Amino acid sequence: MKLNKRQSAILMSAITTVLLVTILVGGLLVSNDRIVTNLEYRNLPPSLAHPFGTDWLGRDMLFRTLKGLSISIGVGLIAATASVIIAVCLGIMAATMGRIADAVISWLVDLFLSVPHLVMLILIAFVVGGGMKGVIIGLALTHWPSLTRVIRAEVMQIKAADFVQTSRRLGKSRWFIAIKHIFPHLVPQFLVGLFLLFPHAILHEAAVTFLGMGLSPHQPAIGIILSESMRYLSTGMWWLAFFPGLLLLLVVRAFDLIGDRLRSLVDPYRANE
Amino acid sequence: MQLEALNVGFGYRKNNWTFRHIDLSLRKGEIVGLVGPSGAGKTTLGRILAGYEQPLEGTVKLNDAPLPKTGYHPVQLVFQHPEKAVNPKWRMKDILHEGWNPDDELLERLGIDRDWLQRWPNELSGGELQRFCVARALGPMTQFLIADEMTTMLDAITQAQIWQAVLDMAKKQNMGILVISHEAPLLDRLCSRIIDISSNVMREG
Amino acid sequence: MSILEVQNLSISFKKYSKGLRQEQNQVIHNLNVSINRGEIVAVVGSSGSGKSLLAHAILGILPGNATVTGNIFYEGQLLTEQRKEELRGTEIVIIPQSVKFLDPLMKIGSQVQTSVRKRNAVTAQKKIFEKYKLHPTVEKLFPFQLSGGMARRVLVSMAVVSEASVIIADEPTPGLDMEVIKEAENSFRELADNGSGVMIITHDIEFALKVADKIAVFYAGTTVETAPVSDFSGKGENLRHPYTKALWRALPQNEFIPIKGSQPLANDMPAGCPFAPRCEQATSECSEGLPEERYIRDGMVRCIYAT
Repeated sequence: MKLNKRQSAILMSAITTVLLVTILVGGLLVSNDRIVTNLEYRNLPPSLAHPFGTDWLGRDMLFRTLKGLSISIGVGLIAATASVIIAVCLGIMAATMGRIADAVISWLVDLFLSVPHLVMLILIAFVVGGGMKGVIIGLALTHWPSLTRVIRAEVMQIKAADFVQTSRRLGKSRWFIAIKHIFPHLVPQFLVGLFLLFPHAILHEAAVTFLGMGLSPHQPAIGIILSESMRYLSTGMWWLAFFPGLLLLLVVRAFDLIGDRLRSLVDPYRANE
Repeated sequence: MQLEALNVGFGYRKNNWTFRHIDLSLRKGEIVGLVGPSGAGKTTLGRILAGYEQPLEGTVKLNDAPLPKTGYHPVQLVFQHPEKAVNPKWRMKDILHEGWNPDDELLERLGIDRDWLQRWPNELSGGELQRFCVARALGPMTQFLIADEMTTMLDAITQAQIWQAVLDMAKKQNMGILVISHEAPLLDRLCSRIIDISSNVMREG
Repeated sequence: MSILEVQNLSISFKKYSKGLRQEQNQVIHNLNVSINRGEIVAVVGSSGSGKSLLAHAILGILPGNATVTGNIFYEGQLLTEQRKEELRGTEIVIIPQSVKFLDPLMKIGSQVQTSVRKRNAVTAQKKIFEKYKLHPTVEKLFPFQLSGGMARRVLVSMAVVSEASVIIADEPTPGLDMEVIKEAENSFRELADNGSGVMIITHDIEFALKVADKIAVFYAGTTVETAPVSDFSGKGENLRHPYTKALWRALPQNEFIPIKGSQPLANDMPAGCPFAPRCEQATSECSEGLPEERYIRDGMVRCIYAT
């Protein structure tokens, strides 16, 4: 069966979603006793019993990685959703609440875009007290600016459209126009934004944690796993970093892929191919 | 009962006027043409009369009162390009019913096929969409209609169809119509008098 | 022999209908039209009915989801996609609807010069500007700085300097006032007098009647009639197709009387004659297939009852 572009996009998205949900749920279901210290099986290279090998405390790396990824995906999802919500609110406010609101929000966007994500993220995470809460708040507060710009432009454009102007003259309220005319146009931006923000959030989470300023060391987050493994790389234990890193890459790429496919579906110039 | 523009001027900056000192009045039940070279501001004047734009100077009055700022606007405007005047994410039936519920007779007179109501705007052509825009604008509270090159992009049959339906409604509701067009035969056919926007401007010097 | 001949052209598009299903939407059916040297043919039909696609098919610039069947001949030679590309912009040129189709970042003078092929580009451009009363300062302007009338003159002058044998003008009139339209009429006639074949695609039948020699009437994706301009007179007795007659009668300077209904949608075509549902003369025979072309009195018609 030959699939058209729209069908294949949906299929790809479905497969990647299943993969991600599997990792998330799998990680959550793995009980903590699967990754307890087991000094008998220390430093084992990958084998059938331990496909990802074990670490210097004899913990199974496959389960640790799954657990770590599911924490990362969870953190990423919460942070990306919060970011998107911030972006939508600010974008709509900038476009509808007059010149001063627009100037203030645009200034904020420029400010956040001019400072590197990671620096800002570390600062915020540190200020709110670190840990998982710190990382989530930090991620949420740093990833909204570019989407805000997109949403602001979109709302401005729709607001000026003839059909919105006409709706006003047909006696419709601002509220009606916001909900019925403008909002439906933002849903695709919302979804695509979510999927494109997620990989950023998850990578930054891993990076901050890797640097020791994110999640606490007893949570097996992917960043922690990677940073710990650094110390053992020189002793030839390559699997400690390789498999977790690869899986992280796959997950990030999967989200990126979904975002791209969705974007090509909502792009009117490519939508009918 | 009349729609009046008194000493209306418009421009994007002061001292850079598109037009100034325009006086125009339109009585109920009257059909008047508005002509002028392109760029003279016919469309802008139409938008001002329908409340889409505020004049930089002068006032627009309806029955000696200023135009209402909220609620159903008694002066409705139909644009040249219907594609931009309908929300692409709405079904045709929702677009048609946004202001009022046109009866079957009007739909038939305008040549609107029942099947189209379930369709999306991108499935219909400009001529079909324009019939919806016209129907939408002809509600019982509409006292004046501004037709800005309303049928310029349409074939002659659709043009005649739409205008016959509009003339009919206008008579029934005693509606006044301002026809902006550069097609002399159409204006001759429809209008009792014709205003030239450029002579208005020139008078100012 | 005609310089350009379009035979049995059909164009369809892949389009998403409901959700994930893709359907083929046939927009142009078995269309025939031909142009001779020195002749102006106007293809008249309502806007959005797909007649611009005819121009795009001739130039070979249809979008990727289009499927084309039928043949196009240039000087008796079949036009392949490769040949179209060779001739595009040199032997076959299009006068676009507006300056939006020009390079927005290139000055007008240079853009006109790039259209010149055989002669010295700069002198040819200066000459044509003089002829079309375009002030030399226009050379230095960018497309967005042109007024409506100026833009039209620039677009036409580009077609003239190219000395192409086939010139296709897509909707040349909307938004122009009488004076500029008059100018456009003259320039099209001049192009034809220089030996080019001119095809004007328009919804504006009044303009078409003023400028063209032959009118091809486009309805629901095909040409239902081709008639010399002189047939459009009186009450339209000389016209062949009931749609053309209705079109003529609906003009504001004639009776301004419409017929009921509307053109069928591309994905909802009646079997047989596309005009049958609106036609007073229609019988059951009319729905038995698209009527064949018949040649009557120096014109073509697709109606089994035409006389």
